[in-house]
Amino acid sequence: MPMLEVKSLQVSLPGPRGTARALRGIDFELARGDTVGLIGESGCGKSMTALALMGLLPQGAVIDGSIRFDGQELVGLPDAALCELRGQRIGMIFQEPMTALNPLHRIGDQVAEPLRQHRGMGRTEARAEALRLLERVRLPQARQRLDAWPHQLSGGQRQRVMIAAALACGPDLLIADEPTTALDATIQGEILDLIAELVAGSGMALLLISHDLGVMARSVQRVMVMYGGSIVESGATASVFERLAHPYTRGLFGARPRLGGARGRKLATIPGRVPELIDLPDGCPFAERCGWVINACRSALPPPLPVAAGHTARCIRVDEVARSAKP
Amino acid sequence: MNELLLQVENLVKHYRLPRESLFAQAPQVQALRGVSFSLQAGRSLGIVGESGSGKSTLARLVMALEAPTEGRVLLLGRDLHTLRAGELRDARKDFQMVFQDPYGSLDPRQRVERIVAEPLLRLTPAERRERVAEALDAVGLRSADMARYPHEFSGGQRQRIAIARALITRPQLIVADEPVSALDVSVQAQVLNLLQDLQQRFGLSYLFISHDLAVVDHLCDEVAVMHAGLIVEQGSPQRLFGNAEHPYTRQLIAAMPVLQASTTVPT
Amino acid sequence: MNFTTRARRHAGFMLGGVLVALLIATALLSFVWTPHSAVEIDIPAKLQGPSASHWLGTDSLGRDIVSLLIVGSQNSIAVGLIAVGIGMGFGVSLGLLAAARRGWVEELVMRAADFTFAFPALLSAIMLTAIYGPGLVTSTVAIGIFNIPVFARIARGAATAVWARDYVSASRACGKGPWHITFAHVLPNVASGLIVQATIQFATAILAEAALSYLGLGTQPPQPSWGRMLNEAQSMMYLAPQLAIWPGLAIALSVLGLNLMGDGLRDLLDPRLARSR
Repeated sequence: MPMLEVKSLQVSLPGPRGTARALRGIDFELARGDTVGLIGESGCGKSMTALALMGLLPQGAVIDGSIRFDGQELVGLPDAALCELRGQRIGMIFQEPMTALNPLHRIGDQVAEPLRQHRGMGRTEARAEALRLLERVRLPQARQRLDAWPHQLSGGQRQRVMIAAALACGPDLLIADEPTTALDATIQGEILDLIAELVAGSGMALLLISHDLGVMARSVQRVMVMYGGSIVESGATASVFERLAHPYTRGLFGARPRLGGARGRKLATIPGRVPELIDLPDGCPFAERCGWVINACRSALPPPLPVAAGHTARCIRVDEVARSAKP
Repeated sequence: MNELLLQVENLVKHYRLPRESLFAQAPQVQALRGVSFSLQAGRSLGIVGESGSGKSTLARLVMALEAPTEGRVLLLGRDLHTLRAGELRDARKDFQMVFQDPYGSLDPRQRVERIVAEPLLRLTPAERRERVAEALDAVGLRSADMARYPHEFSGGQRQRIAIARALITRPQLIVADEPVSALDVSVQAQVLNLLQDLQQRFGLSYLFISHDLAVVDHLCDEVAVMHAGLIVEQGSPQRLFGNAEHPYTRQLIAAMPVLQASTTVPT
Repeated sequence: MNFTTRARRHAGFMLGGVLVALLIATALLSFVWTPHSAVEIDIPAKLQGPSASHWLGTDSLGRDIVSLLIVGSQNSIAVGLIAVGIGMGFGVSLGLLAAARRGWVEELVMRAADFTFAFPALLSAIMLTAIYGPGLVTSTVAIGIFNIPVFARIARGAATAVWARDYVSASRACGKGPWHITFAHVLPNVASGLIVQATIQFATAILAEAALSYLGLGTQPPQPSWGRMLNEAQSMMYLAPQLAIWPGLAIALSVLGLNLMGDGLRDLLDPRLARSR
């Protein structure tokens, strides 16, 4: 049985102009040791998916569908039971280390907090374990830094502290929401390597959320591309980035400036812009911006069609798309 | 037109931080430790570096938002920091700035017309409206947009408004401090194309600051790499990124995630 | 959803608004009509209970309570407006100046504000009226003076945050000086916080005036004042407790209304703008 099974997950958000569908039928599975990425731009629903898994949706959000974690249904679970899971079985790392760490608590205490809450450890025991964790995430001078304040650390160091806190209770699933976006390029690589090493070493599953194609290429075995609240393409990273089956994935790839790319030439842009959630059409969410759109695209959300082994794309014209030149 | 538009000579900037305790010396941050370069009219210079490299401080000094501790900034041969207040204000029409955060660089309480027209001096309201319409059109927005508020626009559109504001005085130099870093990939591409377009149409020069090597490679004629307040290497993008000499440049290039499909992915 | 729609849905704001509107309407009414004179003494009619001609009865000197309350509202509003006006006028100017100039100007303004805060406001108001003589004017000015540091601090804090924003840097890059930036960018962006504080200070001013009048240092007889009505009612507590209840209720409802409005405004004005992304 897969560790995490998400079926037909739907989330609606009330807003000033009516109810918007933030997630439209998300399906995926994670087994122990899997590393999966969720990639997309602002408003695609990737962060919303993470929040739904953690039961941290905003006020007023309506959730539908099923999230099974080790057989246990999470949708509709009372908050107290979810609190048990969070930090202990499911760990989460956020984007902004400064705001995710409480500036008024020493970092040793923040790493020890999940240990004291979920494992019932006493102060000294938790502190010793916190030190061990900080050394495991390779925080320089961990022993001296146990009593340091967050503002005394650099961005990369704070991120290491957050990772230590997320891993404190040895969770089965680690959700990392844009863990390196706020960090410098040279530090990004170190943090991604650290996450990969920790995940591989303990057999955790990793759900990595990012807008950065490069981060996905180096960090995850499988990737799911999201647009307008749906997963539009899903498969092994190598396969997805090689084939670029869905027009949106293709467009995303083509829009990136490449080091050493032909200079002076315009970047291939995706025409139009991401629609507001409330304005999403009933059919394919990408229809209005797609170069391959036909009338049939607009009538219903395309089902995931096979592109290769373990690789699907929600596009009824994958064959035509595959035949055209890649960016 | 190959005259020197911008010359930066030995720019040094120190900041004094608040004292840690009553009797300790106030610590100093050496944000810039002697930066020199020049930019010709119609060309773009990219400044790459990480946080703490001094690139944002450099932008603020070139824009004369702060005064250097040492060194000079010469625009069209005139030292900006020795000009009198009135002369500096008039000179500002030749150089404008685009900021990183599309959500913080537009006053949420003002309509777009007022925001975009802010750099203009001594024009009648009708003339101002006309210039604003012209600027909005150049960045791909509609003149009807000038009556709306910033919160009604997306991040990419707000950045276009910021660019329109920078263009309205028909400057020769635009200092862009991470103008696309806060934007999504597809929106970033649109704004980069726009910047390229505008450069060709109006003969603009860019001082383009970014942490993203690929963006700088795409847009700029020359690149300078900054680290800890100094320029460690400078040259054409092809030379720099193809054959970097300085170890820090090499480190930056190595840190870039390479996007080949069949890279080794952890199994 | 625009402001009026949201305002109508906010229970606290609407309730507060109704109470404040009532207060203002009463004060306006008092200039044209009162059931009876609020100043004429009519001893034979003293301490009557509610009746057809005296809806809430009369006080110990035969004056109609309703008329006293209505005319007394003039005071409360006058004090509120003038004291808050003084506080805002000087306080906001000093605060904005401090944020714009930084350096020693900022230090001077803030330390002066701290100094003023150090004095307990009411006691200092009492001291001032003792020196300059009691009366509505003196007490209003005294209350106004102690409003100045409140607004100075709030204005300076909010203004400093605005000065750090990129749109102010952009304005400086256009060559705009601190005057222009203060009026075109800083003031509009700090205004909502100041308006909220103003309603709260209005309520405080009403309470302060009532306290001073109660002590005999505020409005002088024969001008009616809710605070003095409380004082006069004190000696009659066992004979006629209602004499204390009515002015007390008037004060409480006015203060409540203003506080509700202030809280409501805070909800309505600030988070929306931050959330419009």
